[in-house]
Amino acid sequence: MTAPNPQSSKPRSPLPFNMREVVLPGDSACPGCPIPMAWKVISAVFGEKMILVIPACCSSVVVGAYPGNSLKASVVHVAFASAAAVASGISEALRKRGITDVQVIAWAGDGGTADIGMASLSGAAERNHDMIYIMYDNEAYMNTGIQRSSSTPYGAWTTTTPIIGKTEHKKDVAKIMISHGVPYVATASIAYPHDFYAKLQRAKKIRGFKFIHLHAPCPVGWRFDPKYTVRVGKLAIETGLWILYEYYDGKIHLSGPSRPYMDPKKRKPIIEYLKLQGRFKGITEEKIKEIETYVNQHWEWVKRHM
Amino acid sequence: MVKEVQIVKTGIKIPLAKPKVGVAGKTGFWRITRPIVNYDKCNKCFLCEIYCPVNVIRVEPDRGPTIDYDYCKGCGVCVDVCPSNALELIEEE
Ligand SMILES: Cc1ncc(C[n+]2csc(CCOP(=O)(O)OP(=O)(O)O)c2C)c(N)n1
Ligand code: SF4
Ligand code: SF4
Ligand code: SF4
Ligand SMILES: [Mg+2]
Repeated sequence: MTAPNPQSSKPRSPLPFNMREVVLPGDSACPGCPIPMAWKVISAVFGEKMILVIPACCSSVVVGAYPGNSLKASVVHVAFASAAAVASGISEALRKRGITDVQVIAWAGDGGTADIGMASLSGAAERNHDMIYIMYDNEAYMNTGIQRSSSTPYGAWTTTTPIIGKTEHKKDVAKIMISHGVPYVATASIAYPHDFYAKLQRAKKIRGFKFIHLHAPCPVGWRFDPKYTVRVGKLAIETGLWILYEYYDGKIHLSGPSRPYMDPKKRKPIIEYLKLQGRFKGITEEKIKEIETYVNQHWEWVKRHM
Repeated sequence: MVKEVQIVKTGIKIPLAKPKVGVAGKTGFWRITRPIVNYDKCNKCFLCEIYCPVNVIRVEPDRGPTIDYDYCKGCGVCVDVCPSNALELIEEE
């Protein structure tokens, strides 16, 4: 890893400069894609010393086709439902060989996690294998053409919820993982790289199963201008829709960026978030009220467990 | 068909891809808009570099960002995150 030159780098950011090294330019991601943004943060923590286990999803395409790979790190491409199971095996193999400086990371989409990968995820968590499982949540099956997943939010258009949008709320996977009793669960967002970085640093120090639910706005599937990927991510926090927290030692620790929004009066109107995205075009007042109620309930749950 | 294989210690043959810049080619060709820098306005905050999804921005502490236009996809994320309006998105020729 190239160490930062103290003379030529006056980093105001606490992100170390190996952020520069691992994600190689010229990958197949759509412009404005959140996936490589997140990988830069992950590589700032682990450098090349990581093994990413990736089931079928956009990320499999983003890293490029054989014989090239856009990441200067090991990637294992696996079948859709098996990310957590394969990562369990790799993690145990490393342990048996006494390799302790390589991080196993299962990196799966919301479809691969909240839907089809749920059983293997639950098994790996119950066995408490030493890994970090990151669910990057672009809230639909993007790779196959924007079909709804159980993590698609209420009211959102997808190609399989074409007329009135989705009529069910988003599945709360972080909550499900908390009830597995694993040592570390966190929510994060690609719009807050420093917060995500701090969470990965904490997860790195904990042995056992760590789960991070990463909010990842997708310009293609959510129908917004690619320049707004970060803006949309931030609005999700500022409207209180997405809450950043960590769960360890039996309780929830609210993260810095979300703290102001514990007070409902400080939250921006939800419409600010929705109106940037074509997938919520034409959403009714009634549905916005329903989303508001859901958000308030989620906040109450978070507060109760703090 | 897999043509190139690497033999790992176990003797099992697996197709092994290698890290490569430009797996999708020179992605600068995708660009329909181009970010340009106004160095006078830049406060060297590094935000554009941190967020750029293609990892093509390098902020020099005494100058500001340089952008590798061979691969920049022109998404405009850097322009939107810049707190001091030092970046502007223009139409690509
Ligand atoms: C068993 C199986 N079923 C279906 C598919 C087709 N498939 C490939 S990627 C994908 C969508 C993945 O969605 P998600 O996990 O949310 O990742 P995203 O593409 O949104 O990043 C599907 C359905 C598959 N590869 N394997
Ligand atoms: S569809 Fe979305 S998540 Fe998938 S590569 Fe494109 S921008 Fe990224
Ligand atoms: S336009 Fe997008 S790809 Fe180009 S430098 Fe800015 S953030 Fe990076
Ligand atoms: S985000 Fe703007 S101000 Fe900050 S380093 Fe980049 S160009 Fe300069
Ligand atoms: Mg998805």
